[in-house]
Amino acid sequence: MPVKVLTGNYAVAEAVRLARVQVVAAYPITPQTTIVEKISEMAESGLLDARVLRVESEHSALAAVYAAASAGARAFTATASHGLLYMHEVVWWAAGARIPLVMAVVTRAIGPPWNIHVDHQDIMDQRDSGWIIGIAQENQEVLDLILQAFKISEDPRVYLPVMIGLDGFILSHTSAPVNVPEQDEVDSWLPPRRQPYVITPESKIVMGNISDDEDHFMMRYSMHVAMNEAKKVIDEVDREYGEIFGRSYGGLVECYKCEDSKFNAIITGSWAGDAKEAVNMLREEGYQVGLVRIRFLRPWPRERLMELLTGVKGVIVFDRAISMGSTGILLNDVVSTLYGNGTSIRGVIAGLTGVDVKPAEMYSVIKEFIDSVEEYGFIYEPVTWLLPRKYRRIEEVAR
Amino acid sequence: MGVSLKRIPKKKYLMPGNAACPGCPETMGMRYLKMALGDNFVMVIPAGCSSVIQGIAPKSGIYSSILNIVFAAGASAAAGMKAAFEALGRDDVNVVVWAGDGGTGDIGFQALSGAAERDDDIIYICVDNEAYMNTGIQRSSLTPYGAWTTTTWKGKQEHKKNIPMILIAHGVKYVATATVGYPMDFIEKVKRASQIRGFKYIHLLAPCPVGWKFDPALTPNLGQLAVKTGLYPLYEFNQGAFRLSPIAARYKDPSKRAPIIEYLKPQGRYRHILNDPEALRRLEEYINEVWKWVAMMEKHYGAGKG
Ligand SMILES: Cc1ncc(C[n+]2csc(CCOP(=O)(O)OP(=O)(O)O)c2C)c(N)n1
Ligand code: SF4
Ligand SMILES: [Mg+2]
Repeated sequence: MPVKVLTGNYAVAEAVRLARVQVVAAYPITPQTTIVEKISEMAESGLLDARVLRVESEHSALAAVYAAASAGARAFTATASHGLLYMHEVVWWAAGARIPLVMAVVTRAIGPPWNIHVDHQDIMDQRDSGWIIGIAQENQEVLDLILQAFKISEDPRVYLPVMIGLDGFILSHTSAPVNVPEQDEVDSWLPPRRQPYVITPESKIVMGNISDDEDHFMMRYSMHVAMNEAKKVIDEVDREYGEIFGRSYGGLVECYKCEDSKFNAIITGSWAGDAKEAVNMLREEGYQVGLVRIRFLRPWPRERLMELLTGVKGVIVFDRAISMGSTGILLNDVVSTLYGNGTSIRGVIAGLTGVDVKPAEMYSVIKEFIDSVEEYGFIYEPVTWLLPRKYRRIEEVAR
Repeated sequence: MGVSLKRIPKKKYLMPGNAACPGCPETMGMRYLKMALGDNFVMVIPAGCSSVIQGIAPKSGIYSSILNIVFAAGASAAAGMKAAFEALGRDDVNVVVWAGDGGTGDIGFQALSGAAERDDDIIYICVDNEAYMNTGIQRSSLTPYGAWTTTTWKGKQEHKKNIPMILIAHGVKYVATATVGYPMDFIEKVKRASQIRGFKYIHLLAPCPVGWKFDPALTPNLGQLAVKTGLYPLYEFNQGAFRLSPIAARYKDPSKRAPIIEYLKPQGRYRHILNDPEALRRLEEYINEVWKWVAMMEKHYGAGKG
């Protein structure tokens, strides 16, 4: 298996090539652009036998690949931030139609002001739509996850679209060594495309006309059932991928020194790497702390987290996205998972809008949390902020 | 290429009891579309009356393969489907967008313009009933001057947007205007479009008894009157050649046109302007403008030119 030095975005393009994607449609937005550029280059040079539609918007990009997938093609798109929000209506439509499809989301802040740097607000905004949502920590995992996404999406137990998040610039534009599987290895592992129905002139299938409300409700329920099934499928695919390609990540979640820990940090995305460093620093000081990395936000790995976290004294959840007026997005799901468990919980909103968070800062925040729980007992603080500087109210600033 | 009634398939493509209103022009148009194309096509339908007309899933009142899609994405979804058929080795499949005037000239215009510019190999049909009928008769950019809608109670103040000419300006392969008032002409145009590779656009004027407030028995008549009054010229722009459609060419001569009032009178939506000379003058002016575009096209792209 050749090792190439690839940016996260090029790792995406390699995976798209290996999956033998047939139709790609996309619209440029930083930091996603180099994915489309690379795929166009591959298609023009004959490396990839795909139709590439250079559409005039993201709304059209997703509509085009959704429709292509409905007609039986393996299809792919990629976007970020405002592009993803612009697609939002079609995001829901594609999931509701149960059409297998893969999209890369290069996570980026949402304006105003214009900001091309990383946070998770864009991808978190899609969490209720019925897409399976995976998030990578590093470039190798990006390639592996995109490839796996096709297998998961096209599994008859699932038949839901999958989006894979990779952090803007931190992964998308940073080069790292990536093992790129051989085409024949992928061909024998990834089955030919499967999907619940194919729209052709002969099929006489009508998709999306008005339905009875009860039927529609039942469709919603069936999506939820498929999400639950997807938990098994995701774990299965991760295991089997490991056997063939030599890399497994723990399926829905990665447990980092969390087997014996009394405290855990919960986090998703590339900054999990920094948090792991913080955990190591604390371990050196004798703290029994570990880390749980959410690899799949949807389906939410409730059962696995209960397994890993039952009996743990405290968890501290790092969120790079917030539901304004409520809590961090991960925190909300963590709390609903641990309800009644007596586990101390603190939510930390940090790293929004591209603000960097250093391992040393994470170290301090985690340590302070652990010390407080040890000193005072049970703590429940859903929203705390790691602000980059002192806050002044908007009236004061305006004056 | 002439079309003979005898050679048109007799197959029933629209089931009785579908959800259209009596006298609905959209079901008429769909029937003609199927007569023109037979079975080798799929339809893409963005939101509008035609989403509802199909009836309640899992059944459908239309014997066809249909991908319903969000309002703004008719053209882009069709482009994606066509790409898939090509990738799968089925180049021969026609992909047809069936969109309202709102889905075409307003919310879906960006996607339409994109597909036209890329010359995506699809047939785009705008079923123009001159308002957002599905949501209860609100004005669109294709609602004509003077027409009452539920968002223009005193009559719309702006003229109708000239989408076919805008499409011609995109440099596409084929643009035609048609109406359900002249089915054979429409069928002929669809057939011709289906034989061309690249982007094809057909504008189908579709008089709607509900939104225009006329007797549902008159749907085809109003389509014909729109042509006879000169309000709606029928023409074809086929790979660089422009020509007025034979049935309508005579209305180039203003003296051959029917008085506009004959078209306005049966329609409740114009009731408040029937005795308003200024409003009528503006509509006459609009007719002149429309024909100026035609004259310009004839001059540069007419028979023997271009
Ligand atoms: C994004 C979005 N905005 C608004 C609507 C509501 N809507 C559905 S159909 C329609 C009007 C359709 O008008 P037109 O395209 O002219 O088709 P018609 O119903 O007249 O056939 C509107 C506004 C929608 N479905 N989606
Ligand atoms: S409102 Fe008009 S276009 Fe819509 S279904 Fe009724 S008759 Fe047809
Ligand atoms: Mg309309």
